[in-house]
Amino acid sequence: MDRAQFTRLDENAWQVAPRGAMRVPAVIYASAALIDGMDQKVFEQITHVATLPGIVQAAYAMPDAHWGYGFPIGGVAAFDAEAGGVISAGGVGFDISCGVRSLLTGLSRDDILPVQKELAELLYYAIPAGLGSTGAIRLSGKEMDAMLRGGARWAVEQGYGEEDDLQRVEERGCMAGARAEAVSEQAKKRQRDEMGTLGSGNHYLEVQQLTEVYDATLAQDFGLEPGAIVVSIHCGSRGLGHQIGTEFLKRMLVAAKGYGISLPDRELACAPLRSPLGEDYLGAMRAGINCALANRQILTHLTRRAFAEILPQAHLRLLYDVSHNTCKLEEHEVGGARRRLFVHRKGATRAYGPGHPELPEALRASGQPVLIGGTMGTASYILAGTAEGEAKSFSSACHGAGRAMSRHQAGRQWRGRALVDELAARGILIRSPSLHGVAEEAPGAYKDVSAVVEASHQAGLARKVARLEPLIVIKG
Amino acid sequence: MSGRDGEQGGYWEHFPHEADMGVRGVGPSLAQAYAQAALALTAVICDPATVQPRETVRIELDEADPELLLVDFLNALIFEMATRNMLFKRFDLSVHEGHLRASMSGETIDAARHQPRVEVKGATYTELAVHRSGGGWLAQCVVDV
Repeated sequence: MDRAQFTRLDENAWQVAPRGAMRVPAVIYASAALIDGMDQKVFEQITHVATLPGIVQAAYAMPDAHWGYGFPIGGVAAFDAEAGGVISAGGVGFDISCGVRSLLTGLSRDDILPVQKELAELLYYAIPAGLGSTGAIRLSGKEMDAMLRGGARWAVEQGYGEEDDLQRVEERGCMAGARAEAVSEQAKKRQRDEMGTLGSGNHYLEVQQLTEVYDATLAQDFGLEPGAIVVSIHCGSRGLGHQIGTEFLKRMLVAAKGYGISLPDRELACAPLRSPLGEDYLGAMRAGINCALANRQILTHLTRRAFAEILPQAHLRLLYDVSHNTCKLEEHEVGGARRRLFVHRKGATRAYGPGHPELPEALRASGQPVLIGGTMGTASYILAGTAEGEAKSFSSACHGAGRAMSRHQAGRQWRGRALVDELAARGILIRSPSLHGVAEEAPGAYKDVSAVVEASHQAGLARKVARLEPLIVIKG
Repeated sequence: MSGRDGEQGGYWEHFPHEADMGVRGVGPSLAQAYAQAALALTAVICDPATVQPRETVRIELDEADPELLLVDFLNALIFEMATRNMLFKRFDLSVHEGHLRASMSGETIDAARHQPRVEVKGATYTELAVHRSGGGWLAQCVVDV
C-alpha cells in the first residue's frame, strides 16, 4: 500500500480521516514495512467498514491485516445498538470463534525428545484431523442444543476436562445469550460428526518449546518457565459455524435494503442489532462460539489422554483460550464515557489489559494472555494485553502471521514430502493426512509472524512475553 | 490450476486470492458454467481425476439473481460434501428462470487416495460474477478455506 494515503499518527499507527460515506476514521496499526507489504484491498475494506451504521470511534486494522470478505482479516469495529449499530456476519467470518488455546505441561524439552516420535504418532492417532475425519462423539438433538448453550462448560460437565479449565477460557467457557433454536437444522447436521475434530487449512495442534522470554515477570505470572513445553490448539466451530456464517450472510444481504443499509460491498452484509434478524444472528453466532469452545475443550481432553499414555508425569493445565472471530458485547470507554458496544473482531484477538474484571484472579494483575499462532516451521508468541490497548483498539491485537502467498502458488512452489523431511531435519515432526495440504501451508507461504508481533508490541496493543517453537505439528 | 472436462463442456480454473481461492467456470451455457465452477471447487480440495462417480445426489434451488444462485449452488454442494463425507466430480445441471436442478455424482472421501488438501468452509460474494463471456457464460467467486 502507498503510505501517502495515510496520516501517520505515530511510528506504528496510520489513519485515514473520514471522507465520503465514512462515519469514523480508519486506523491501521503496523510498521512502515508492513504497510508497504499490505494489499490495497485492506485500505478499501477498512474504509468500507467505517461507513457502517452505528460504528463508534474508528474502524481498526491490526498489523497482520490482509484481504478478507467485507471486513479485512485483522479488522476490529465496535457498534452501539442504541445508535442504530449493526452486526455483520462477514465481520465475524465463516469460522465463528476460531481461536487458540495453550496448555502448560510442566515438562521440559528433555522429557519430550526421547519420546518425540512416539508422542507425534499418538497425537496424530488421537486427534481427528483433515477433511473427512470424524469425531468419536455423536450428539442427539437435545445434546447438541445443550452443547450450543453450554460451550466448554457443557464439555467439562460431560467429563471432557476439569472445572479449573473454565477459569481460563474467555466468558468462563460459556457464551451467554446463545440461542440453539436460532441455529438451523442444516448447521446442526453439518456438526453431527465433527465434535472434537481439528479441521484443516491453517488449523493445527502443536507441541512447542519455549525458546525466548521477553518479559520475565509476565512469563512467571503465566507459568512459563524457560525451556517449558506448551501445547497449542488452533481451531474453531467447524461445520456448524461455517453453515451459520453462510446462511446469515445471505439473509443479511437480502434484507439490507429493507433496513435502509447501503452496502459498499456485498460481503459487508449486516442487520441492525435491534432487529429480528440481528438478534437471530447474535443468538446463533453465540451458539457458534460455544461450539468452538466445546470443541477446543474436547480436543484438550483427547490431548491429555494421549500425553498420559507415555508421559504420565505431565499435568496439562490451561494457560488461556482466545477466540479471534467474534462479535461480543463489551464495556469500553469512549470520549470519557463508559459505553456497552458490540465489538467485531475478524482475525483479531481480544487483549484485555491488567485489572480487567473479566480476567480470572490469577491473571488480573498481569493482563490477558494473547496467543498468536505462527506457522509449522516458524514460531508462535505469547503476549499480554496492555492498559493502553483499551483506547487504541478496544483492547484488540493481531491474531497470526497472515498469508503472503495464495494456496495455489504455495502448492506449486513446495512439495509436501520434501517439506516434511526438511522440517524433520530441523527437529520438527509434522503429521498430516495430506501432503498436498502441508505444501499449501508451507511456512514460506506466510508473512513473518515476528514482524507482526513486534508491530503489535511497538504499537502498544499487547506486550511480548515469550516465543515458542514447534517440536510436533498435527495438521489437518 | 485449470482443467477441461469434455463431457460437461467448457473449462474451469482457479484464480488467486490472498488467503483463499477463486473458482471460475466457463461453459457454453449458464448451467455448464455453474457445473465447471463446481468442478473447480472440487479441484480446490483434490485432483478431480481421483474421484469416481459412484453415487448420485440431487438438489434443487430457487434464486432469481444468477450471481446469488451460483453462491447458493456452491454452498449446497459444500453442505452435501460435508454431511455425506463425499467428493463430487460429475455435475449435470439445468437452470431455468432461477430454478436450478443439479445431479452430482461422486464418492465417499478416501483420505489416502484423494489426498484432500483443505476443507472448503463456504462460497463467498467476493469477486462474484456471472455474465456472458465470448459465446458462452462465465461464473466465478472466491471460496473460504
